[in-house]
Amino acid sequence: MSEDAEKGAVPTPAFAPWDDPQAKPLIRFQGVTKKFGEFVAIDDLSLDIYEREFFALLGPSGCGKTTLMRMLAGFENPSMGGITLAGRDIVPVPPNKRPVNMMFQSYALFPHLSVADNIAFGLKRSDMAKSEIAGRVDEMLGLVQLRKFAARKPHQISGGQRQRVALARALAKAPKLLLLDEPLGALDRKLREETQFELMDIQEKLGTTFVIVTHDQEEAMTVASRVAVMDNGRLVQVDTPERIYEFPVSRYVADFIGDVNLIEGRIETLTKDCATVVWAETMPPITAGLPQGIGAGEACVFAIRPEKVTISAERPPDAVNALPGKVLDIGYLGNMSTYHVELANGQVIKSQMTNQRRLARRAFSWEDQVWVSFTATGGLILMA
Amino acid sequence: MFNFRRFFLISVPYIWLLLLFLVPFGIVLKISLSDSALAIPPYSPTFDLSAGWAGFREMWAAFDFENFLWLVDDSLYIKAYLSSVWIALVSMILTLLVGYPIAYGMAKAPEEWRPTLMMLIILPFWTSFLIRVYAWIGILGSQGYLNQFLLWIGVIDEPLVLLNTSLAVYIGIVYTYLPFMVLPIYATLEKLDGDLLEAAEDLGCSRISAFWLITVPLSRPGVIAGCFLVFIPVVGEFVIPSLLGGSRTLMIGKVLWDEFFANRDWPLASAVAVILLLILIIPIVLFQRQQQRAQEAGQ
Ligand SMILES: Nc1ncnc2c1ncn2[C@@H]1O[C@H](COP(=O)(O)OP(=O)(O)O)[C@@H](O)[C@H]1O
Ligand SMILES: [Mg+2]
Repeated sequence: MSEDAEKGAVPTPAFAPWDDPQAKPLIRFQGVTKKFGEFVAIDDLSLDIYEREFFALLGPSGCGKTTLMRMLAGFENPSMGGITLAGRDIVPVPPNKRPVNMMFQSYALFPHLSVADNIAFGLKRSDMAKSEIAGRVDEMLGLVQLRKFAARKPHQISGGQRQRVALARALAKAPKLLLLDEPLGALDRKLREETQFELMDIQEKLGTTFVIVTHDQEEAMTVASRVAVMDNGRLVQVDTPERIYEFPVSRYVADFIGDVNLIEGRIETLTKDCATVVWAETMPPITAGLPQGIGAGEACVFAIRPEKVTISAERPPDAVNALPGKVLDIGYLGNMSTYHVELANGQVIKSQMTNQRRLARRAFSWEDQVWVSFTATGGLILMA
Repeated sequence: MFNFRRFFLISVPYIWLLLLFLVPFGIVLKISLSDSALAIPPYSPTFDLSAGWAGFREMWAAFDFENFLWLVDDSLYIKAYLSSVWIALVSMILTLLVGYPIAYGMAKAPEEWRPTLMMLIILPFWTSFLIRVYAWIGILGSQGYLNQFLLWIGVIDEPLVLLNTSLAVYIGIVYTYLPFMVLPIYATLEKLDGDLLEAAEDLGCSRISAFWLITVPLSRPGVIAGCFLVFIPVVGEFVIPSLLGGSRTLMIGKVLWDEFFANRDWPLASAVAVILLLILIIPIVLFQRQQQRAQEAGQ
């Protein structure tokens, strides 16, 4: 099966302006480089973000996410390259004149102002009539469900409520673009998950373009219409969450997003629609779909997600790839279990299986001899 | 069980207060109720322990408010109090106007410079206060450095009369009390989160309006602390008006000195001091309340 056929297997969302060559991006980075002294924080980066998108910047700490965000807000200017917003060059526009608002990682709520005054702050600086401001503030308080707390000061409300005030304040002026820098970083896990869905709801309701920075891949995958994976000031891959997960373009992306088995080897043969990878003398080669940009004989890495690997007691008769091993470890997660299977050459393969049966009747146990198997389309061959 | 250790720890500040404030104040209060006399010490009655309870009763009977009535009768004293409060208010505002920009500049300076700048502010404390005030005589006198400099660059033809004017007093006070204004303001400005200013700009403020809407209100606790720290001691200031102010500058601290040492009227001088303290208790209480509130808000 070719990769194009595989693409069809992933349901394409109705909203996909990035696939439409006619669509005009809201934001366009063109060859943007940002240097701090000699240090290159953003390296020749080009990126289009479309209206109504919920766009996530994902990457490890220090890869330049905040810097990219601050260039959109106007607090930093690119050393080279251009940034346009709705076709207009925004590099010379100061932050207070941009139709862009930012929700700060620290929330940056004004401690001497009440919740309502914090939300009204931007409106009072705009040309909105005084009489309309109160109504708009009330609307925003309703949106984030904080009407009861309007008169409180920021230090009199909880962390989750502060986060919502920051969001309401940033949204009050109805910006064309909302920037959120690790907006949920300070919340505990449960609140964080709830808030992710709230954010998505609000974004859908308002239709504002959101750019969110996060180092949490699950968060990016949950909320975003598209995810940009960054590494050292460069974009490694920009794609929908599904495609980032199923078709990572590099070992870095595969490893960064979710759990993955990586097997290093060398391409043995390339045919019309599949390739084989040799990876250990004592092991049969792995058959997988055609790789891109790797020739026969070249080094490569085979990547496969644990949930694409099946475990069975007998060799499945029709399996394209099947390798014998023994169960090393079982991680019980409730709804599923992760098995670590050690192959004969010492390579450990992780497999994830849903627990359809109760614990007592589970099929495998420690030290059991098993077969791990996967289809030819289950994994990907990537550059080493 | 009676917890002696705890009791001891709690009592330490009270003992301190008793020994260093209440006892001296009690003595001053007692003298203020006495009459002046040509004796050593120059007042009567004196407390004679050997006379016992009867002696105490006798002393008590001799107390009166004569000195306090005298303070009201002679307008000099009321004028001196009012003039001191006025001079303290004006110097407080001048010190604020000079001190705020200095504190702001220090807080905005690169982090590695700040300890040095802080030391420069504190440095004058390392030399005697008296010497520094004397130095201003050398600067402000008619043959002083300032006049010589102004004559040399040709701005003026004749030396300006600076010394023994209220201007000299203000210069001396602002110079001396500047650190008390700068340090508390600097402490609040340095804590100010830079994100708040960026957030204000992001929401449509210019840099200048962000300063007025965010920086100024958030530095208020420091400004208030600095103002009290300047106002309270300046009301009773004596050295600066005596050395730089000449005879026309009327301040209660100078009156106090004259009564004590020139007129040797200890009872009247003590009455002046008691009233001065009562005047200052109001701002001191306000200051304490404000400090407490600032601390609570900070938590
Ligand atoms: N103002 C600055 N001066 C010097 N270096 C900076 C500055 N801001 C960011 N950097 C550097 O740029 C890199 C990217 O920073 P940042 O965008 O904050 O990363 P992220 O948000 O992805 O963690 C980091 O290595 C950081 O040290
Ligand atoms: Mg960051």
